[in-house]
Amino acid sequence: MTGAVDNTVNTLDVTMAVVVGGLFTIGFHLMLQRSLMRIVLGFILLGHGTNMLLLVAGGTPGRPPVLEGQPVNPAEPADPLPQAMALTSIVITFGLTAFLMALAYRSWRLSGSDEVRDDVEDRRIDIARQRAGADEVTGPGEENDDDLGEPDGDLGDDGLGEPDGGEGDAGEPDHRDDGTAPEEHR
Amino acid sequence: MLVLLAVYAAAAVSMPWWEKRLGRAMWFVAALVPLATVVWAGTRAARVLDGGAYQESLYWAPSLGLTVDLRLDALSLLMLWVVAGVGALVLLYCRYYVERDAGRLAALLLAFAGAMIGLVLADNLFVLYVFWELTTVASFLLIAGRGARAVQRRAARQALLVTAAGGLAMLLGFIVLGQEAGTYRVSAILADPPRGGAVPAAVVLVLVGAFAKSAQMPVHGWLPAAMVAPTPVSAFLHAAAMVKAGVYLVARLAPALAEVTPWRPMVLGVGLATMVVAAWRALRETDLKLLLAYGTVSELGLLTALLGAGTRTAALAGLVMLLAHAAFKSALFLSVGIVDHQTGTRDIRELSGLGRRLPVLFGVTALAAASMAGLPPLVGFLGKEAALDAFLHGTELARHYQLTVVLVCGSALTVAFAARFLHGAFGGRPSEKAARAVRSPEPGFVVPVAVLSAAGLVLGVAYPGTAALPTVYADAYPPGADGPYELSLWHGFTPVLGLSALSLVVGVLIHALLRRGAVPARLPRLPDVQRAYDRVIEGVDRLAVTLTRHTQVGSLPVYLTVLLATVVAVPGAALVAAAPSLGSPPLWRYSLEPVLAVVMLAAAATVVTARHRLTAILLTGAVGYGAAGLFLVRGAPDLALTQFLVETMTLVVVVLVLRRMPSRFDPGRTSVPGRVLRGAVAVGVGAVVTCFALAAASARTAPVISTGYLRRAAETGAYNVVDAIIVDFRALDTLGEISVVLVAAVGVGSLVRFRDRDAVRAVDEEPPARFPTTHWDEPRQTWLPGAGERPGGERSVLLEVATRLLFPSILVLSLFLLFSGHYRPGGGFSGGLVAGLAFVLRYLVGGQADLGAAVRLRPVAIAGTGLVIAAVVALAPLAVGGTPLDSDLVTWHLPLVGEVKWATSLFLDVGVYLLVVGVVLKLLSAVGVSLDRGGTAARNEEGSAR
Repeated sequence: MTGAVDNTVNTLDVTMAVVVGGLFTIGFHLMLQRSLMRIVLGFILLGHGTNMLLLVAGGTPGRPPVLEGQPVNPAEPADPLPQAMALTSIVITFGLTAFLMALAYRSWRLSGSDEVRDDVEDRRIDIARQRAGADEVTGPGEENDDDLGEPDGDLGDDGLGEPDGGEGDAGEPDHRDDGTAPEEHR
Repeated sequence: MLVLLAVYAAAAVSMPWWEKRLGRAMWFVAALVPLATVVWAGTRAARVLDGGAYQESLYWAPSLGLTVDLRLDALSLLMLWVVAGVGALVLLYCRYYVERDAGRLAALLLAFAGAMIGLVLADNLFVLYVFWELTTVASFLLIAGRGARAVQRRAARQALLVTAAGGLAMLLGFIVLGQEAGTYRVSAILADPPRGGAVPAAVVLVLVGAFAKSAQMPVHGWLPAAMVAPTPVSAFLHAAAMVKAGVYLVARLAPALAEVTPWRPMVLGVGLATMVVAAWRALRETDLKLLLAYGTVSELGLLTALLGAGTRTAALAGLVMLLAHAAFKSALFLSVGIVDHQTGTRDIRELSGLGRRLPVLFGVTALAAASMAGLPPLVGFLGKEAALDAFLHGTELARHYQLTVVLVCGSALTVAFAARFLHGAFGGRPSEKAARAVRSPEPGFVVPVAVLSAAGLVLGVAYPGTAALPTVYADAYPPGADGPYELSLWHGFTPVLGLSALSLVVGVLIHALLRRGAVPARLPRLPDVQRAYDRVIEGVDRLAVTLTRHTQVGSLPVYLTVLLATVVAVPGAALVAAAPSLGSPPLWRYSLEPVLAVVMLAAAATVVTARHRLTAILLTGAVGYGAAGLFLVRGAPDLALTQFLVETMTLVVVVLVLRRMPSRFDPGRTSVPGRVLRGAVAVGVGAVVTCFALAAASARTAPVISTGYLRRAAETGAYNVVDAIIVDFRALDTLGEISVVLVAAVGVGSLVRFRDRDAVRAVDEEPPARFPTTHWDEPRQTWLPGAGERPGGERSVLLEVATRLLFPSILVLSLFLLFSGHYRPGGGFSGGLVAGLAFVLRYLVGGQADLGAAVRLRPVAIAGTGLVIAAVVALAPLAVGGTPLDSDLVTWHLPLVGEVKWATSLFLDVGVYLLVVGVVLKLLSAVGVSLDRGGTAARNEEGSAR
C-alpha cells in the first residue's frame, strides 16, 4: 500500500475496468441460464463486480483512511465515502444472496429440479387463444354468453395441468428426505 | 345547489338503513327527495323565467383552476323538473314493483338522480364530465343488478363500454374546446363561442360522446340490450333521464356551436336517420320493452335533430318534445312493468284482451300512447306541430324540405309503432287462459302511470304555461323569418296541420297493413349493430391475447436477454455516439492488481464450465477473496476485512444449503444458437460496463466531497473515517441496511422451513427430552457440550478441542473489532461477522445441539435487540433536544485504567454487532438446523437405540 498517489481525477485503471467488465460478463452469462443455482452464482459474481465498480469508480485509491489523530493532506488517503458505501453494499449483497439461495432451495424442494421453468399462466394464453378460435366457429350468440362474461374463469380446468407442480409434485423429493425416518426403519 | 347534491348523496347512502327500518315504506322516503327537488326548483322558477340564472361555485383547488361551478338557467330548470319529477314517480312505483334487493336499487336510483341533477346544473366542462360518467356508472350497476345472469352482465358491460368510450371522446373534445375558448366555464363559452381552427374537431368529439350517451345510430345497440334491467330503471334511466344527457349536451352547446361546420350535418343527419331506422326496427319487435326501447332511440334521434338544428323554432319544438317524451315514454314503460308484473309476460304474441281486464290501466296507457303518436290536444301534438314548422319554414337550414319529408316519414312510423304497442299490449279478445291469470293491480301501482299520462294532457291543454320555459331557452336564437313561432294547439288550417294529419293517417295505415298480411318478420332486416359490437369486442380480446402471447412468453432467460440487449443497444449506442474520451488511464496502479485480476477472472470463467455445484461455489468464493485482496491493495482495509468475512459466511450458507441438493448441475438443454446469443449478450454487457466505467471516471469534474468528512472526522472522535461515516455521518444508511439484512434473514428462515406433512410429523415426534439445551446440566464428557449428539464416526476430537479453545478467543476478537472500529479497521459489521463465524464453527463441529448449547436465546430475539438498540440510539438525541442520530463524545476518568474516551455512536455499532450475530444465527438455524433436522432426528433415534 505504498503506491504513488497521482492527483488526476481519473480514479480508474484499465485492469480494474477489465475486472469489473469481466465479472459483469460472466455474472450475466450465468444469470441467463436456467439453473437457479447458476443464477445465484451469477448474482454473487455480479455483486462482486458492482461493489468493486462502486469503489473504483467512486474515489481515488491511496493510504487507508485511518487518520491516527493528526490532520492529513486530504489528497493522501483513499476516498472513504465510496468505501463506506461499498461496505453497505457488500453486506446487503450477502443478505440477498442468502435469500436467493433459500428461494432456489425452496424451488428445488417443491418442483424437484432447480430449473427456472416457463410461466404456466403465460403458457395458458395459447389455450385461451384456441378457445377464442373455437368461439368464432360457434359464433358470438347467446349460447356463449358465459364465456364472454368471464374469459378467464374457465381456463383453470382446461386439462393443462400444472407442470411446475403444486403440492402434488413435491412428494418425490420429500420422500427422499424422509427415507431415513425412524418409523420406516423399524 | 351544492346542498341539493349533498342531500342526494346522503339519501342514497342511507337507503339500506331505511330499508331495514321501514321495509316497503322506504320508497316514500326515497321519493321525498326528488319531490323536494321539484318544489325547490319551483321556488327558483320566477327569476329563471325572467331570463336570469342562479350560480354557485365551490373552490376546490383554485391553484389548479379546479372549481365546481353550478348554474341554474331555463334549460337546467326544465331538465331538473323532468329528472326529479319522473324520478319521484318512478320511486313511488317501485313500492309496488320491486320484490327484492330494494335497498340497493333505491340507493342506486337516488345516486343516479343526484348525478343527473349535477350533470344538468354543471357549468364547468370537467364537472359536467364527472357527473356524466357517474350516471354511466350508476347505469352500469343498475343494469347489471347483482350480476347473477350472464345476459345482464353483458348488457351492463356493453352500456358501460359504449357510453364510457363516447365519454372519453367527449372529454377530449371538451379539452380542445376549453383550450380554444380559454375557459372551461360553459356559460363563458356560450357567451363568447370559440372559432379557432381546432373547434370542428372538438365538435366532432363532443357529438360522438353525446350520440353514444343518447343511443344514436350506429352506437345505439346498448340501449335495447339494457332492457334487461328492471322496468323502473328502464323507465327512469333509459327513457326519461340518462339518455337525455346527450340530448341535453347538444341543446346546451348548440347556441354556441351550431354554426361550426360539421355540427349541423352531423346532428341532422344522424338524428333523423336514427329516428326513421329505429322506428322501423320498433315495428319488428314483439317484446313490449324492446319495442319501446327502439321507440326511445327513434325519439332521441328526433330530439337530437331538433335541439341541434340551431334555430329558434326547432329549439322550442325540441324542448317541448323532450318534456312530452319524458312523460309519455316513462308512463308507457311503467305500464309495461305493470303488465309484466301482473301477467308474467310482455310478449305481444302472448298478450291479448288486457284492455277489457284492466280498463283503467288501458285508459291511461292509451293517453300516453296518443301523446307519443302526436294526437291533439296532448303535448306530443304540440311538439310535433312545432317540429314540422321548424323544418318546413326553417329557411335557415339547408334542404329544409327534404328534412321535412324525412320528419313526416319518421312521424308516420312513430304513429305506427304507437298503435302497434297499444294494440299488442291491450288489444284483441281476452283468451280464457290469460283472463284467469291476470290480477288487478293495486291502485297505487297505477297512480304514477296515470299522473305521467295526465301530465301529457295538462301540458298540452295548458300550452301557454308549457311554452314559458322552452321559450326562454329558445330566445337565445334569433326569431325566424316569419317572426317568433308561438306554441298553440290551433294555428288555423296550415300546411303543418296537413302534414301532421298525413302522418297520422299514414301511420295508422302502416299499422293496419302490417296487421293484415305482412307479419313483422317479413320486414327487411336492417344491419345488426349488435353483431358489429360483438365483433369489435372479440377483436379486442383476440388482439390482447396475441399481444400478450408475443410479449409475455413467460421465460426468464428471454426476458433477461431482452433487458440486457436493450442495455447494450440503447446506452451502448449512446456511448458510441458520444465517443467520449476514455482519458489515458494507467494500465494498473499497483503491481499486485493484475495478478489478482487474472486469478479472479480465471476463477470466474471456470465457474461457467463447472459441472459440480461445490466446485462452482468454491470458485465463486475464490473470486470473492480476490476482490477482498483488491480492496486491500487499493487502501480499503475495512472493505477487505468485511469482504473476507462475508465471503466466508456466504460459502458456509451456500454449502449448507447445497448439502440437500444434487451434487451436479442439471445438464443444460439450450441449443447452440441460444448459447451463442447468451454469450454475445453477456460479452456485450461486459464491454459496455467496462467502457462506461472508463468514460465515466475520466469525465469526472466535480471535486471529491469526502474531503469534508476527512476534516471533520475528529469531531466524532474517530480515527477510522469509514467507520465514522457508517456510524455517524451517514448512520441513517446503516440503519436502513441492517433492517434489510434482518428482513432477508427472516425471509430465508420462512422460505427454508418448508414443511410438508411428513416433516411435521418427524419434528413432532422428536422426544422433547432430546432438546439439546437440556443437556447443559448433564455431566459433560466431551469438549463440546452438544457434540455427543453426533454419531461417533463423524466426530473429531482434535477439531472439538480446537473449537473449544478457539471459541472464546474468537468471541474476544470480535469484541475487540467492535470496540476498536472507531480507530482502526473493524466495527460492528466485522465484529458481528467474526462472532458469527465462531458460532458457525461450533455448529460445524458440534452440530445443532452444540449450537443450541452455545446460544440459548432465539436468534431473532438477538437480532431484534440489535435493531432496537440501534433505533434507540438513533432517536435518543431527540430526548435531550438534539437531532436524531446525533453523537457525542464522552470522556471518563477511571481509576487504574486512566482516561477512557468514547463516542455515543459506539452503541449504534453495538446494535449492528448484535444484529449481525442474530442474523448469522438465524441463517444457521434456518439452513443448518432446519435442513439437518430430518437426518439428525433419525440418527438420534439410532443413537438411543444403541
